[in-house]
Amino acid sequence: MDRTTHRSAAVRDGLGVGMAVGLSGLAFGAAAIIAGLTVPQACVLSLLTFTGASQFALTGAVGAGGDLVTATAGALLLGGRNTLYGLRLADLLKVRGPRRLLAAHGVIDETTAVALAQPDERAARTGFTATFASLYITWNLCTLAGAFGTSFLGDPGVLGLDAVGPAAFLAILWPRLAASKELRLLAVAAAAIALCATPFLPPGVPVLLSALPALGAALVGMAR
Amino acid sequence: MTLWWAIAALCAGCYALKLAGLAAPRRVLDHPALRRFAELVPVALLAALIAVQVFTEAGELRFDPARTAGLGAAAVALLLRAPFLVVLATAAVVTALARMLLG
Repeated sequence: MDRTTHRSAAVRDGLGVGMAVGLSGLAFGAAAIIAGLTVPQACVLSLLTFTGASQFALTGAVGAGGDLVTATAGALLLGGRNTLYGLRLADLLKVRGPRRLLAAHGVIDETTAVALAQPDERAARTGFTATFASLYITWNLCTLAGAFGTSFLGDPGVLGLDAVGPAAFLAILWPRLAASKELRLLAVAAAAIALCATPFLPPGVPVLLSALPALGAALVGMAR
Repeated sequence: MTLWWAIAALCAGCYALKLAGLAAPRRVLDHPALRRFAELVPVALLAALIAVQVFTEAGELRFDPARTAGLGAAAVALLLRAPFLVVLATAAVVTALARMLLG
């Protein structure tokens, strides 16, 4: 394949991933309204946060009646993985100045996955841009549609929408769980800690507490 | 803190985290323990969020058969390699049906 073919393949990858994942903005919009956010609040989160797991985490914690500081802290901890993606993408994208400020907003799971899957640097940049653009547009339009539609519903529980958030988390988690036994153990430990702590601690804190086994495992790894 | 402040803080924080990776000098962030922590922490937090959102309500442990069925259906859909949106739809439909049947 020559360069042009690589780049058009990258555009195809990017558009496919962007549109497919962007549709789940419907689920986010719905989850935000169920949690008690307004339509503008849901839309601002999608426009300016633009990282799904953190958005779902904030709305989930708010919906559970969690303290806003712990809810925000949990969502920020989840956003920390984008820093790692940025580290990996920096050499590939080679962006400076205002373009870097713009590209930074697009550093998320999906754009990184598409960019890193391309055979050369130019295709990687093309893939990143195509994914970012299509996902940004689809995700935000779908958030608006999901939030607006849900705001007309009486009881979202009737439609089973309260199961959508956890299902989204499970889907994000799945490839990692499938790949490693260690991560499966960590997930079980984290879930157990959060459930055991729930009756005794304010909402939101048990989820933050579950980061402890991750911290422990990272430190143990360093000591080795 | 009102909800709008939490949203503003999250927007600013998430952008800063993204930019840090692209812009920061490599040595500062490329520490093995930090990298490992950032790889592990989403797994722990997402698992905890699933557990809390499915099995607790208003600060108490609570078994909701319909929600549990929905999560189980999502897991089956994932095992069958269903696309993301199909997984979410399956969870919602099964939860709604279970709730209707179980009353």
